[in-house]
Amino acid sequence: MGTQVIMPQLGESVVEGKISRWLKQIGEPVKLYEPILEVETDKVTTEVTAAGEGTLLKLYANEGDVVKAGTLIALIGAPNEANNEQAHVTQPEIAASSAEKHNGSSARVSPVVARIAAEHNVDVSLLHGTGEGGRVTKKDILAYIGSPRPQKEGAAMKVEPEKLEAWEQPGLGELFRPTEELFGKAAPTPASSTPIAPVTTPAVTSDAVVPLNNMRKAIADHMVLSKRTSPHVTTVFEVDLSKVAAHRAANKAVFERDGANLTFTPYFAMATIAALKQYPLVNSSWSEAGIALHRAVNLGIAVSLGEEGLIVPVIKNADSLNLLGLARAVNDLADRARRQQLKPDEVQGGTFTMTNHGTSGSLFATPIINQPQCGILGVGLIQKRVVVVTQNEVDAIAIRPMVYLGLTFDHRILDGNSADNFVATIKQRLETWT
Amino acid sequence: MTDKTLIEGVREALDEELARDDSVFITGEDVGPRGGVFRATLGLFDKYGPTRVIDAPLAELSIVAVGIGAAMNGLRPICEVQFADFIQPAYNQIVNEAARMYYRTGGTFAVPLVIRTPYGGGIGGGLYHSQSIEATYAHVPGLKVVIPSNPYDAKGLLKSAVRDNNPVLFLEPKKGYRLIKGDVPDGEYTVPIGQAQITRPGSDISVYAYGMMHYYCQQAAEEVAQDGVDVELIDLRTLNPLDKDTVLNSFKKTGKALIVYEDNRFLGYGAEIAALLAEEGFNSMDAPIMRVAGPDVPGVPYSHPLQDWFMPNPQKIANAMRKLARY
Repeated sequence: MGTQVIMPQLGESVVEGKISRWLKQIGEPVKLYEPILEVETDKVTTEVTAAGEGTLLKLYANEGDVVKAGTLIALIGAPNEANNEQAHVTQPEIAASSAEKHNGSSARVSPVVARIAAEHNVDVSLLHGTGEGGRVTKKDILAYIGSPRPQKEGAAMKVEPEKLEAWEQPGLGELFRPTEELFGKAAPTPASSTPIAPVTTPAVTSDAVVPLNNMRKAIADHMVLSKRTSPHVTTVFEVDLSKVAAHRAANKAVFERDGANLTFTPYFAMATIAALKQYPLVNSSWSEAGIALHRAVNLGIAVSLGEEGLIVPVIKNADSLNLLGLARAVNDLADRARRQQLKPDEVQGGTFTMTNHGTSGSLFATPIINQPQCGILGVGLIQKRVVVVTQNEVDAIAIRPMVYLGLTFDHRILDGNSADNFVATIKQRLETWT
Repeated sequence: MTDKTLIEGVREALDEELARDDSVFITGEDVGPRGGVFRATLGLFDKYGPTRVIDAPLAELSIVAVGIGAAMNGLRPICEVQFADFIQPAYNQIVNEAARMYYRTGGTFAVPLVIRTPYGGGIGGGLYHSQSIEATYAHVPGLKVVIPSNPYDAKGLLKSAVRDNNPVLFLEPKKGYRLIKGDVPDGEYTVPIGQAQITRPGSDISVYAYGMMHYYCQQAAEEVAQDGVDVELIDLRTLNPLDKDTVLNSFKKTGKALIVYEDNRFLGYGAEIAALLAEEGFNSMDAPIMRVAGPDVPGVPYSHPLQDWFMPNPQKIANAMRKLARY
């Protein structure tokens, strides 16, 4: 008996994954825990490892297939098992599919399906349903028993739907007219079951098309959703980082010894977390029932993956970490994000997000909220600038490391004043860092 | 064979019936020299004179009552109620007198009366010029209720209504008066009352509609055909007596039914179709019966965006068709 390779569940809310690449081919030897395939979800790409040793005997799914979690996708065993493996695999396949049927179709057999099943002595639970939720439809069972579908009859329509034309006799019967003629056609009504992304997209012409990967699609959907969901407002503060820069210079070596690369990011994170504690309204989500405050501070930090996209790993319970802990968390998540080794749960559950767009030279930006959060803080380029400082009532020109902090917030939850108080707290914390 | 509008179909039927039978006459508000507010009787006053095309006072009760009396005494009146919204003052005459006369008099008196009236919204008419009243009257035994969806049927069904020995309520989709066009043969033909028509054969879902909604359903069916949904569309044409065979046969084929009507959803005509399918088509049922109908609000709003919200339209219908086909 060989070892089955089962599609893992790659996160709490992840029900399926796309097989992006087989790292082993049929006949190749496989070691225990050796990666044998790559699976892509809309969140991350991850490797699936072998749970046993042997030879890869059979692949049940192709690259590009989207497979439900728990499905048998490959079989590993001794090379001589290849001939009788068929006997093993049919069992789990049927088990898996009938388990699925119990959730869907067998719970809901329509009267006509029940009648046909009874007449032809068919066990409906064994059929593959194409209806909603895997329901076995009348067509499914007819196809199964091989009954011909009703044929189209040749009757012609008497009335052809015509294009709206101008009111035929404007001088006659003018009292009540189809309102399309008065106001134009009604806007199309979207299907109530499925939310639809932008209604009008201009026609695109191009010389080459870059195919969309899951990440690109997920980003696109989420950005459109966010812009449609929250009224976005951005407020920008300028912060003097002299104290932070001094602290970092004094402590970088110490942190290095403790195995952490001390960047500016943990400082911004720490100041933001403190401000979130002071203004819980920013650490919240809008709902029709009310503003849902989050006790946990789960701080997302956007990490660019180049042209491929970006990902937002989340530091869970970030308020429990000190500067060293934050530095380590930032190092670790950013590193694994770039190597595409994040687990799906590590990119979920954020309550507030920071994006460090300054790393690519941007001074300030108006980031888009990561739904369903209330705000996102954009950190610009840290740049030495000439500023006017006042000491002992004397104005002087000084050179200071300055940064713009831009907070985009959901105006349903926050007004300008409370958002500004929040950023002002971050600014104050950074400028008085000790 | 020429393309004509629905109201031209109505006018031709009136014209030909007035010419064919001296006992036929028309009465209603402004039907005379003005030719009716929708011009259904345009030119008929000049052609047949004031004893055949008679202007009536602004009193629907009296218009119908005059018609009943005339019908019981050997004439074949065609009463026009200017808008279906205004028919309620005549409710007692229609329901308690016209519909029950034959039964009440043990077959001594028939009431061969036609009441024509335009119904339906989507024309910016607001509360008093947009109503759909068919469910109330289709409920009444002894009264036939007919709704054409195209010019051909408008002419053929109206001629049948005039010749019927029972009172017939003939509802005309006013939004479609000049919007819906089609072949109307010159001269004599009739379309029988009590027969629905499959206007688009299909195999996936059965869609039942009448009047203006049938016209929209045709457009919606074309749209969803592009997604591979094969709609069988049934134009009910006569609401009472209902052609149960055509309704049930289609359902036996597809197992899925969508009923579209513009009237308020609750206790609207589609509820009766749904009940019929559940009672007599249960063994064929492959999906919950669906309805697209007007919402249960007191009137069709005058505000244009609110009217759009109220009215079923091809998009709303196509969405429901897809949902039902997917089930």
